[in-house]
Amino acid sequence: MLSLKEKDRPIVRKLLDAGCCARCVLRFCCVGKYASYQNSCQDINKELLAFLSQADSGQSHDASGQDQADNPPCKKMKLESVRAGEEASAEPPALEAQPDAQPATCVTCLGVLQDFCHQSFVTQVCEVVKKGGYQFDSLLLAVSLPAQLSVREHSCWLHIKKELREKSMCVDKEDVVQVKDAFKWAIQALVGRELGASMLFNSAFEVSIGFTHAETDGDCHFLATACSDCFKPAKNKASVFTRMAVVKALEKISDEEFLRQYPCPPARPATKCTPLETTCLHSSVFIAGRYNKFSRELPQTPWVIDGERRMEGSVEELIAAPLLSSFRADAFNFSSSGREDVDVRTLGNGRPFAMELVNPHRVRHTKAEVRQLQETINASSDKIRVRDLQIVTREAMGRMKEGEEEKTKSYSALIWTKKAITKADLDVIGNIKELKIDQKTPLRVLHRRPLAVRQRTIHSMSASYLDTHHFTLLLRTQAGTYIKEFVHGDFGRTKPNLGGLMETEADILELDVESVDVDWPPAVPE
Amino acid sequence: MEETDEKAPSVIDRYYTRWYKTDMKGKSCEDHCVLQHSNRICVITLAETHPVLRKGSKIKSINYRISDGCSRLNNKVSGKSKRGGQFLTEFAPLCRITCTDNVEYTIFSCIRGRLLEVNEDIIMSPDLLLEKPSTEGYIAVILPKLEESKRVTNSLLTREQYEEVVSKRTTQQPQPC
Repeated sequence: MLSLKEKDRPIVRKLLDAGCCARCVLRFCCVGKYASYQNSCQDINKELLAFLSQADSGQSHDASGQDQADNPPCKKMKLESVRAGEEASAEPPALEAQPDAQPATCVTCLGVLQDFCHQSFVTQVCEVVKKGGYQFDSLLLAVSLPAQLSVREHSCWLHIKKELREKSMCVDKEDVVQVKDAFKWAIQALVGRELGASMLFNSAFEVSIGFTHAETDGDCHFLATACSDCFKPAKNKASVFTRMAVVKALEKISDEEFLRQYPCPPARPATKCTPLETTCLHSSVFIAGRYNKFSRELPQTPWVIDGERRMEGSVEELIAAPLLSSFRADAFNFSSSGREDVDVRTLGNGRPFAMELVNPHRVRHTKAEVRQLQETINASSDKIRVRDLQIVTREAMGRMKEGEEEKTKSYSALIWTKKAITKADLDVIGNIKELKIDQKTPLRVLHRRPLAVRQRTIHSMSASYLDTHHFTLLLRTQAGTYIKEFVHGDFGRTKPNLGGLMETEADILELDVESVDVDWPPAVPE
Repeated sequence: MEETDEKAPSVIDRYYTRWYKTDMKGKSCEDHCVLQHSNRICVITLAETHPVLRKGSKIKSINYRISDGCSRLNNKVSGKSKRGGQFLTEFAPLCRITCTDNVEYTIFSCIRGRLLEVNEDIIMSPDLLLEKPSTEGYIAVILPKLEESKRVTNSLLTREQYEEVVSKRTTQQPQPC
């Protein structure tokens, strides 16, 4: 049964008269039982008519005596108008006039709850999902409706609000079941059966169904003059009449103003909504690890100048290729705990990185499969090596960036000096501890970073002699220190610098990252 | 040992291209050098043939206030896009250098672009300019517009052209500057 109360009766009648479909009537009566929406339109319609005729014959049902007393005297009149419609169709054609013929398009949902809630449309949607080839065992239905539905909903609400006020019933607009929800309740069981998946509101796999209705696009336009501040043109939006903006404007506009500008109940449309292409999206998978870079000719990310690639390959592409194909993802976003220059190697335990795999079609991977992927990456090139590869959460990825400034990094550098080196020079360097340096943004990155002076700390250094003009410098520094500039001084823009400390001109010929002391991601036992 | 010294390419050799403007504004031997990084940033310096470096006298003062209303020291840039920096054209003066012989020289921008910074260190230590004119004694840093970055050096000379100009000077005029 429809679980309608006596007090719903005048509302049912008024909505049917206005040209609402059966499911919209249930919505405005705040029927919250999913199953009520799953019957066919015709069946719900029949039940509504039966419900009305009960009152007509004066029978008592689930309603209390109080409700009866509340019935207005005008009830008969209303019913007569319905009847007149039934017999002569001279009135605007109400739904119940032709229960078996193709009913006219609903003035409120523009057909969404009439023509798209049955098996044939569900099959159409599910075919698209199946073609996508996703691996999933639950899904989330997302429904997007044309903005003008909110206007029509508001008009219809005002239409019965008058009635409700007369009967001093306390119902809020928020209590009305939304078109979106009614639509989901009507089809979700069918979709679930067809795809063999459960419906979860927090599922990672989202199937989006959308509708448009070109005919009534203009329904919103009067709001632009009434509440101009709600509609600001945005670069990325085709129209200013977004659903959010329309909802906001409807909250602001007074009922009187609305009624002056827009028919109440809404006018009958000539056509129904058109479904948009169904789209699928699986939420991203995040995979993390550490990488070594053994080449001085491999950039971390593709190096493009004036639209032209400067070097073959990159760390991120070498790592991403096997992952993209195994997860069957559309794209990836690479991030890491700092980065090294193209001519810098990353040795030791490697640099933490994480990769977002966008819209993966195959998500489930066992630990063994992930290890296999790591081996595939490592076998693909001798320029890089990956360890600790693992699937992580989006939240855990934050740990990698958190420590970026505070953590320490260790480097090994090959240094040249203009003057001949003495052992005393190297001892001086080795004795320096916790040296504070002021670095202006290096000229080599100044084109894409703000100009600033940043204080960084060189925690310790040690030098080992190679020949009269060369030595190896080991440094432990605060993350974010520009090592090359510390050595050659960058036109005196890093102070103090190694050349100044040694009272000569110094240059850096080679640089290796020896360790990045970020304790994430956790080690994966071999 | 001296060999490594000469052979190894310096930071400037590795990352910058040297461009020259000779006889700036028709003034004999007032040569400027622009170091353009591969990322388009330009460092303005004195060429080694500039009279300030050649004649051996000391510097009395360096003044970045180029008119009553405008001082390059007031230049401030903010953000990645370097908003607020003074926009300079080729012949915009950057600073004036007065030598101990009371001769004043004006140093110019040489290229169009946004002024990012001037070298304040040389105000207090003018000797930096004499000792390390192409590194710590630089004059200013300028960022050309992205779309102009290839063109801004069109009117400048390459290192080879500059050397040619300089060698002609020595043969034609026995005592150049």
